[in-house]
Amino acid sequence: MQIEPTAEAPVVPAPVEEAPLAPVKSLAGKGGFRELLRNTLRLREGKIGLALVLFVLAVAFLGPFFAPHDPSTVIAAPYTSPNSNALLGTDNLGRDVLSRFLHGGAVLLLLAFAATVVGVGTGTLLGLIAGYRRGFRGEFIMRSLDVVLSFPSLLLALLFLSLLGPKLWLIVLVVAASHTPYVARVVESSTLGLTGRGFVRYTEMIGLSRWRIMSGEILPNILAPLTVQFGLRLTYSIALIASLAYLGFGRPAPAVDWGMMINENQANIVASPLPVVVPIIAIAIITIGSNLLTDAFGRAGGIDLGREGEA
Amino acid sequence: MSATVPKPAASTYAIEVQDLRVDLPRRNLNVVKDVSFRLRPGEILGLIGESGSGKTTVASALLGYVRKGGEITGGSVVIDGVDVLSLDERKQRTYRGGVISYVPQDPGGSLNPVMRIGAQLDETLAYHGVGKKDERAARIGEILDEVKLPGDADFLHRCPHELSGGQQQRIAIAMAFLCRPRVVVLDEPTTGLDVTTQAYVLQMVRTLCREHKTAGVYASHDLAVVADIADEIAVMYFGRLVEFGPARAIMSGAGHPYSRGLVRVIPDPSRRRPLEAIRGRVPSLDERGEGCVFADRCDFVEARCRAAEIEPVQVGADHVVRCLRVEAVRGTSARAPVEEVTAEAGGATATGYLNVRELVASYDGHDVLHGIDLAVPKGLVTALVGESGSGKTTLARCIAGLHEEARGDIEVAGERLKFGSHRRTVDQRKAIQYIFQNATEALNPRRTVGHAIAQPLRVLENGKGERSLDERVVALLDEVSLNPYLAGRYPSQLSGGERQRVTIARALATGPSVLICDEITSALDVSVQAAILMLLKRLRAESDLTLLFVTHNLAVVRAIADRVAVLNEGRIVEEGPVEQVLDSPRDPYTRQLLHDTPALVNS
Repeated sequence: MQIEPTAEAPVVPAPVEEAPLAPVKSLAGKGGFRELLRNTLRLREGKIGLALVLFVLAVAFLGPFFAPHDPSTVIAAPYTSPNSNALLGTDNLGRDVLSRFLHGGAVLLLLAFAATVVGVGTGTLLGLIAGYRRGFRGEFIMRSLDVVLSFPSLLLALLFLSLLGPKLWLIVLVVAASHTPYVARVVESSTLGLTGRGFVRYTEMIGLSRWRIMSGEILPNILAPLTVQFGLRLTYSIALIASLAYLGFGRPAPAVDWGMMINENQANIVASPLPVVVPIIAIAIITIGSNLLTDAFGRAGGIDLGREGEA
Repeated sequence: MSATVPKPAASTYAIEVQDLRVDLPRRNLNVVKDVSFRLRPGEILGLIGESGSGKTTVASALLGYVRKGGEITGGSVVIDGVDVLSLDERKQRTYRGGVISYVPQDPGGSLNPVMRIGAQLDETLAYHGVGKKDERAARIGEILDEVKLPGDADFLHRCPHELSGGQQQRIAIAMAFLCRPRVVVLDEPTTGLDVTTQAYVLQMVRTLCREHKTAGVYASHDLAVVADIADEIAVMYFGRLVEFGPARAIMSGAGHPYSRGLVRVIPDPSRRRPLEAIRGRVPSLDERGEGCVFADRCDFVEARCRAAEIEPVQVGADHVVRCLRVEAVRGTSARAPVEEVTAEAGGATATGYLNVRELVASYDGHDVLHGIDLAVPKGLVTALVGESGSGKTTLARCIAGLHEEARGDIEVAGERLKFGSHRRTVDQRKAIQYIFQNATEALNPRRTVGHAIAQPLRVLENGKGERSLDERVVALLDEVSLNPYLAGRYPSQLSGGERQRVTIARALATGPSVLICDEITSALDVSVQAAILMLLKRLRAESDLTLLFVTHNLAVVRAIADRVAVLNEGRIVEEGPVEQVLDSPRDPYTRQLLHDTPALVNS
C-alpha cells in the first residue's frame, strides 16, 4: 500500500515579500549542473569518494617528484625486503618498488581518462540520435553497436593492438570503442523516456532544431545516469588498460606502469607481495572512490534540485 | 471537537476518531492535530481539503499507517470498541483489509501486476481466514456482481494491465469491500477517471456502503464530487479539522471561511457564476503562525483570531466550526450570485477566426477524427468537450501542429496551416500556442522558470525585441500573477498551480492570437483551478485572444466558455453558444455528460 507523503504541503516556503530578487542576469538564464555537483558533495558517499579519487590522483601525478630513485635503475638485489633505502623493497630486477609505483600511475590514469571521455562521448552522441530519431536510423545504430557488444572487449582490444602494435592512441581508441555500446544503450533508453514529454514536444512545436533539442533539452536531463556511466566506465578503462599492460601490450620497457608492475612481479607474489599488492591497492582505491562519487551523483540527480536533503 | 457533542452509546458508531495527532518527530513538526469525528454504519464522510491540508495523512492514519518519518503521537481510532492504534503491528495487519480497508488514488499501483485478478481477490480473503476455497469463490462472484464486473473464469484470469482504468478502480473497490469491513477509507479514488466513470464509481461506493452497513471515509479536494454521496463532511486545513457537520448544512451554509471558499471555487454546470479563488496558498508545515491556521488567507480575520488556537464552536446538531467569526461568515451568501450573461457568443452559427474543415486524423492508419467542421470566433472562448477517447485532444493537437497524420483544412485568419508545426512559418508558430495538460511534464526539470519563459522568445524571435529578455520575462511573470523572483527557481520548487501559470506565461510570450488549453486544470485542485480560470478570463478580457479550451468538465465550460463543441467518438455532436447547448442540450450524449458532471446540491 503506497501512501502519498503525509504532509502534502510543499516543502518549499511560499513566496514571501522580502525574498531577495535573483540576480537579474540569471532570470532568463541557464544552469543546473552546478547545483547537481553541490548536492553530490553534500552526501557522505560523495565526500569520501572524492577524497579517495583525489588521493590516488595526487599519488599518480605528484608522485614522480617525490620518488627517491630512478624507476629504471637497479638499486639492490631482486626482491629485497623493505629497508631504509627502499621503503617498499625491490622488484624482480632489483629496482625500487616505491619509485616505480610513484612513476607508474600518471600515464595509466591519463590514458584511462582519455579513453573514457572518447568512449562516453561517442556513446552519448549515438545514443541520443538513436533514442530521439528512432525509426530506421535508431535501429541501425543500436544493432551495429550490438555487434560490437558481442565481442569480449579485451579480445577486441588485443586483436587491434597485435595487428597495429601497442601505440598510445590505439590503446585509447580500442578501450573507448569497448565502452561506446554500453553507454549508447543507457543513453538511448533514457532518451526514449524523455522524447514524448511535454517539454520536448513544446520545443518541437516552436521549431527548435533537432540538434538543439538533443543537446539543450534532453542531455541536461540524462546527466545523472551519464555521469554514473562515466565513473563506471573510468574504472573499467583503468582495469582494461592495466590488463593490457599486464599482458604486455602497454608501452615498451623503460616506461613504468601499474599493470606492468603486477605482470613482472606476480611470479614471486608469495615471497615478496609488495610489488604486486601496492599497485593493486591503488587501482582498487580509485575504483572504489570513483564508484562512490558517481553513486552520490546519481542520488543527487534523483533528488529534486534545490530541495534540502530530506529526512 | 467531540467535547461539544453528547456521547452516545459506543455501538451506534462504526468508527470513532478522537484527538488524532500525527507528527514528524525528526523535523519537530506537527502534521495533524485534534482531529475527532465519528461515523455511523452505512454513512459516508467526505474528508475535504486542498493538497497539503493533511487529508491523506488522516485517511491513512485511520489504518494506523503513516509515511516514513511520520508518527502517530496521540489520539485513538476506535472500531467496535477496539482502538486500532493501540494494537501491535501484527494485529493491525489483520485489521487492515479485514475490519478497515483502503482504496488508493491510483488503482493500478495497488494491484499486483503479475497476479491474476481472481488470485488477488482470493488471496485477500484467504489472508483474513474467510471460508474454504469454494466459499471464497462464491463471495468473489458476489462482490464482482456488486461492482458490475463479470465474474466469469475468463475475467478472473486477467492481469491488471488487461483492464481499463475504471475497471481497475472497481477491482480495488471490490477488494476493499471483500471482507465486509466496518470502515472503508477511499483516498480520491476517482481522480484521473472521466466524469461518466466517476459518477458511476461514486454511486457504486454509496450503494455498497449502504447495503453492507459499512462506514465510508472519502477523501477529496472537490466538494462537488462528494456532494451527492456524503452524509457528513469534514473540512481539513493545515492538519486541523476546521469544520465538521452534515453535508447538506455545509453545502448550503458553511460556517468556516475556508469551507465557504471551497464551496465558492466549484464551478456550477447549470448557471454561470463568477469564480472566486481562495487567495494565497496552503503554507508549509514550518510556516505555522499563532492563532487560527487560516488567518493569513481569511477575509473575515480580526486581531483576536491570531491570539490563540481556535476552539470548536457548536452551530447546529452535530455541526461544529473552528472559527470565532462563524456568525459573520454564515451571514454572507453561500455561493456567488448568478452572473448575467451578456450574449456575444457569436449566435447559433459563428464566423470563425480559426476554421477547421473536414478534418480527418488518425493514429497508425486508425481514424480517430471523422470529418470535423468547426468555426472558432475571434476573441471568444470556445470549449471542446468530450470524454477521454472522444478525439478532443487530437483535434487540439492537429491545430497546434503536434499531430501530423491528418488531412483536411485548418485555417487561421484566412491563412491555411500545414499539419506539423515544423512545416509552418515562424509567424504561424508564434500565433498559435498550446498549453499542455501536465505542467510538470511540460517544463524541463533542469531549466529555470525564467529560461522556460524566455525560450520561445529566443527560438522564435532570436531573443531580439525592444526590451531585453529579462524585462520581458519579468513582465510575463507579472501578467500571470507570479512573483518575478520565481524566475530563478526550478519547476520542482513550484506548486502545481504555479507551474501551470508558468506554462501560460510561456505561451503568452510571443503574443499569440490563438491559445489552445488542453485540459490545463484537470490535474489541479478545484481551488487552484478556480484561480487559473480567473487568470484566463482576465487575459481574454485584456486582449483579443482567441481561446480553445479542451476539457471534460461541463461546469468549467459554463464558468469560462462562450461557445462549446461537444465531441463524441471523433465527431462533433453539438455546437453553439454555451447557454444554448448547456441549457437545452439536443444530443443525448451532451445530456449524459451534463447529468454526470458533479455539482453541488442547488442552494
